[in-house]
Amino acid sequence: MIWETLVEPFAAYGFMRRALVGCIAVSLGATPIGVFLLLRRMSLTGDAMAHAILPGAAVGYLIAGLSLTAMTVGGLIAGMAVALFSGFVSRVTPLREDASLAAFYLISLAAGVLIVSIRGSNVDLMHVLFGTVLALDDAALILLCVVASITVIAVALLFRPLVLECADPQFLRTVSGLSAVTHFTFLALAVLNLVGGFHAFGTLMIVGIMILPAAAARFWSVSVGGMIVVAAHIAVSASVAGLLFSYHHSLPSGPAIILAAGVAYALSLVIGPVGGLARQIPSRPRTQL
Amino acid sequence: MSPAFSFQGLTLGYDRTPAVRDLRAEIAEGSLTAIVGPNGAGKSTLLKGVTGILKPLGGRVCFGSADRSGIGYLPQHSEIDRSFPISVVDLVAMGLWREIGPFGRVDGARRARVAETIAAVGLTGLEARPIATLSGGQMQRTLFARLLVQDAKVVLLDEPFAAVDSGTLVYLLKIIDRWHVERRTVLAVLHDHDTVRAHFPDTLMLARDLVAHGPTPEVLTAENQFRARQMCEACAETPHTCIRGAA
Repeated sequence: MIWETLVEPFAAYGFMRRALVGCIAVSLGATPIGVFLLLRRMSLTGDAMAHAILPGAAVGYLIAGLSLTAMTVGGLIAGMAVALFSGFVSRVTPLREDASLAAFYLISLAAGVLIVSIRGSNVDLMHVLFGTVLALDDAALILLCVVASITVIAVALLFRPLVLECADPQFLRTVSGLSAVTHFTFLALAVLNLVGGFHAFGTLMIVGIMILPAAAARFWSVSVGGMIVVAAHIAVSASVAGLLFSYHHSLPSGPAIILAAGVAYALSLVIGPVGGLARQIPSRPRTQL
Repeated sequence: MSPAFSFQGLTLGYDRTPAVRDLRAEIAEGSLTAIVGPNGAGKSTLLKGVTGILKPLGGRVCFGSADRSGIGYLPQHSEIDRSFPISVVDLVAMGLWREIGPFGRVDGARRARVAETIAAVGLTGLEARPIATLSGGQMQRTLFARLLVQDAKVVLLDEPFAAVDSGTLVYLLKIIDRWHVERRTVLAVLHDHDTVRAHFPDTLMLARDLVAHGPTPEVLTAENQFRARQMCEACAETPHTCIRGAA
């Protein structure tokens, strides 16, 4: 019974194994980025960058069809452009960063959908928006694994400046010239993960696997390293749970995985030991004293 | 006595509107100087100019015996995200950055130094606490501990006593006195003139332009304070007259 529910889908079907490998790769690469996005209060920026990738990927699609290379390159160019441009807009205009980001991603979404629709069918559109985690080919799997490897190595190397840049950017600026390097490397890593991940989860949902586990991890750990470990575990568990649930109930896999991560977030919010709701209720009388 | 650094016609500001104009002064090595002046007089801006975070619109900060790499800077209501998941000991250990850089190891001797410093600011027992749980005074002590670990030759403090309890104030003043004895150059933006008179031998009074600079009793006169207020009010009413000298 347990074997049939939990193991057989992966043992019997190659597409499930591929989906599992792809999801684990995305989980390991995207979650450290998600944790730092969350700690820098840039969750919305992540969302905007993910949408911004859409027109780039769509232009790639327009030129070469559902080609991994063309869509990846298009997405990378668009993502990098937005990462640089959104900071620029908020610095030189009175528009607040969140407003400029909201404007940006609405335009990007509309442009992307139109561009895909010029040539493609609704199926292709769904592919770009929501990904095809059950149809990852070798090239896509290799791309996801390479992105995850680069991210893990880069985060390990840059860990100390990244933490400092989040906790006390002004201090880093006074003691070191690494501040700008750290910032842009981080943005580049974020774009890289969004572009890689969108083949599996689509531009609309890749941010989910990035931010939800990180937000959940906030309720379990009081250190950045701890948060990354917890977030990665949550992401991998959500991937397995989501894939199995979607297999047994014939539901789309991408949304099932993101929903599983959402359940983990909701549970953490309630029972998490670090500031979870359940912890706060008994402590209230003490804080009033 | 050789100057730690000097301001040579230094003009600092934002968006080409100067907040400090054409400042000429020398800060002696090992001096303990308070920076006073009305709100909007450019006090914080001046410290940012010394650290190099803010590039001058004109003139320059000229370093003599000190240089920028030896500066420890405590900004106003520090920009630290207080909800950030980091412990007291890790935050204090950040002060080691110039010694260990991004990759160096915090070895036993450095760990001991961090622990000693935490004890020196009276926070022993709170090492593992996340900074989110600290009071305002405890947070300020933690930041002072980080400055101590930095072992900086020049220490810049921007309103270090804002929102701290009296117990903490005593601790922090002790640390500042110790820095002075160790012949470190200390510059602190302060509002409370009683504290300045009691603990700071030198004072630099600023109202965008330099009002006075020298021994505290000679600078903190009623006449100078009146002049400083007038100069700032004149600037606020007719800002265009302030753009003298700016490009």
